[in-house]
Amino acid sequence: MSETARTQPKHSASRIWLPAIVFVAAIAAWEAYVRMAGVPAYILPAPSLIVTTLVADWPVLSVALLVTLKTTLAGLALAVIGGVALALLLSLSRVVEYSIYPFAVALQVTPVVAISPLLLIYMPQEIAVLACAWIVAFFPILSNTMLGLQSADRNLLDLFALYSGNPMTLRQRLASRLKALWLLRFPAALPSFLTGMKIAGGLSLIGAVVAEMAAGSAGVSSGLAYRIIESQYRLNIPRLFAALVLLALTGIVIFLVTSALSRLALRHWHESAMEPEA
Amino acid sequence: MAASLQPQSASPLVSLRGVGKTFANGLTALSAFDLDILPCEFISLLGPSGCGKSTILRLIAGLSEPTSGSLAWSDATPADHRSEIGYVFQDPTLMPWASVADNVWFPLRLRGVSKREAASRIDDILSMVGLDGFARAYPRELSGGMRMRVSIARALSLRPKLLLMDEPFAALDEITRFKLNDDLLRLKRELDCTIVFVTHSVYESVYLSDRIAVMTPRPGHVAATMTVDAPRERDARFRASATYAKLCGQVSDILARAMILPGGAS
Ligand SMILES: Nc1ncnc2c1ncn2[C@@H]1O[C@H](COP(=O)(O)OP(=O)(O)OP(=O)(O)O)[C@@H](O)[C@H]1O
Ligand SMILES: [Mg+2]
Repeated sequence: MSETARTQPKHSASRIWLPAIVFVAAIAAWEAYVRMAGVPAYILPAPSLIVTTLVADWPVLSVALLVTLKTTLAGLALAVIGGVALALLLSLSRVVEYSIYPFAVALQVTPVVAISPLLLIYMPQEIAVLACAWIVAFFPILSNTMLGLQSADRNLLDLFALYSGNPMTLRQRLASRLKALWLLRFPAALPSFLTGMKIAGGLSLIGAVVAEMAAGSAGVSSGLAYRIIESQYRLNIPRLFAALVLLALTGIVIFLVTSALSRLALRHWHESAMEPEA
Repeated sequence: MAASLQPQSASPLVSLRGVGKTFANGLTALSAFDLDILPCEFISLLGPSGCGKSTILRLIAGLSEPTSGSLAWSDATPADHRSEIGYVFQDPTLMPWASVADNVWFPLRLRGVSKREAASRIDDILSMVGLDGFARAYPRELSGGMRMRVSIARALSLRPKLLLMDEPFAALDEITRFKLNDDLLRLKRELDCTIVFVTHSVYESVYLSDRIAVMTPRPGHVAATMTVDAPRERDARFRASATYAKLCGQVSDILARAMILPGGAS
C-alpha cells in the first residue's frame, strides 16, 4: 500500500541535529575551559588530549575493548537464551512458575557488585565476569517475556480452542499448548521481549564492568573496566577518560543496535515501531 | 406478550433447554435459558448489558460448559461441533502481527490446510466481504469497519454451518453499520448458514433477523421470541417503511416488559 511509504517526518532530523549541537558546544566549552584556566591533565584532560590518548593507546585499549565487548555480548546472548527458555517453561505451567520465579527475583534484587567477589572465588575469572553480565541481563528478559506470553489476546486463544479440535490425550494437549505458544503467545510476546532485550543490553555491559572491577583488584583482567582502575592508580587520567569514552560508545552502540532490531521486527504491526503520521 | 411463533417445520439445529450458568465466583449469569436455533434462520439475541448474551454464545461454541440444563445438536451425537462454527467477537481481535490473508488463514491453518491450498479460498472470501486487494495489508493499516470485515472473513473461512456474532458492529458508526448489515444479509443468502446475532440495538435486530429472542436482565433467560413478519429481502426502503417502524415499536415494548421481569424467575 502506498500509505506505508511514508516520508521521514521533519522532526526526525532535528532529533539528530539538536543533541549533536549540544554535544559539540559542550566539548568546545570543555576544551576552552581547560586551555584558558590551564587545568593540569591529571585533573581534567582536554577533549583533544583524550582523543590523542585514545589513538596513542589504541593497542592497549582496543584489546581491552574487545574483552569487555565479548563478555557483554556473550552475557546478553546467554541471557536471551536462558531468559526466553525459562519464560517458556514458566508459562507452560503455573506450578513451575510459582516454584521458580521467586528465586529469579531474588537473584535480580541482590546487587551484582555484592555477588561478584563470591563468583570470583568459585569460578575462573572469565566465567565469573560472564556470569555477572548474565545475572543482570537475564531478569529483564525473563520478566518481560513472561509478561508478553501471558498477555496474548484471550479471544484469540478462544478462537484457537474453537478451531484446533478437541485435544484428548495428554500428549495432544501438550502439542496444542505448544502450537498456541508458537502461533499466538510467542508473537504477542515479541514486543515486550524486545523491550527486555533493550534493557538487558545495557545491563549486560554494566554487569561486565562491575565484575571486571571486582576482578581487577585481583590483577589479571584486561577489560576496559580494569584499564580504568589501573589508570586511576597510575593517575593516568587521560587514559581513564579514553577508556570511559569507549565504554560509553559501546553502551550507545548496543542500545542503537537493539533498538534497530526491535524496530525492524515490529515495523509492520506494533505501535511502538510506527513512524508518526507525516 | 408476543407469542412465540416458531415454525415447526424443521427440527432445530441446536436446542438449549433449561441452560444455566453460574461462574466460579458465584455469579449466576443465566438460568433456565430455553431456545431453539432453527436451521438457516437469522436469530438475534436482544437484551440489556450483562444479561448473559456473550455467555450464551460461548456455551453454544463449546468454549464453556453449562452448569445446568442441556445443549443438544440436531444430529444427536455428542460429537465435536466446533469445526462447524464461525465466531465473530465484539471487537475484531485480529492478530496484529499477521497480514489480512494470514488472519483469514488462521482457522484453516489450525485445521491443517496449508497457505497454498487455502490461497484461492482466502481470495474468494476476501472479495466476498469486499476486501479485494487488501490481502497483504496489516490490521493496523485498516479502518475499524475493514477490520471487522476481516474478522467476519476469518469466521467464514471454514464455511461454518453456524455463525455466532457477538455485537460485531457495536463500535462502528451508523453509516458503516448499515453498510455491514446489508453485506451480512447478502453473505447469509450466499452461504446459507444459520446466524445467531447478539445485539443491544432494537433497530438492528429488526432489520437483520428472521426471529428475535428478547432476554431478561441477569440472570438471563428468554422472555419472549418474536418472528419478524417481513420479507427477507431488506434494504433502505425497508428501513424507511412503516412496517419496520411498527416492528421496532413492538420489539421495544417486549424489551421494556422483559426489563421489569424478575431475572431468572421461571
Ligand atoms: N468468566 C467470568 N467469570 C465471572 N463472571 C463472568 C464471567 N464472564 C461473564 N461474567 C458475568 O456474567 C454476566 C453476563 O456476562 P455476559 O458477558 O454474557 O453479558 P452480555 O449480555 O454479553 O453483556 P454485554 O452486552 O455488556 O456484552 C456479567 O454480569 C458478567 O460479569
Ligand atoms: Mg457481551
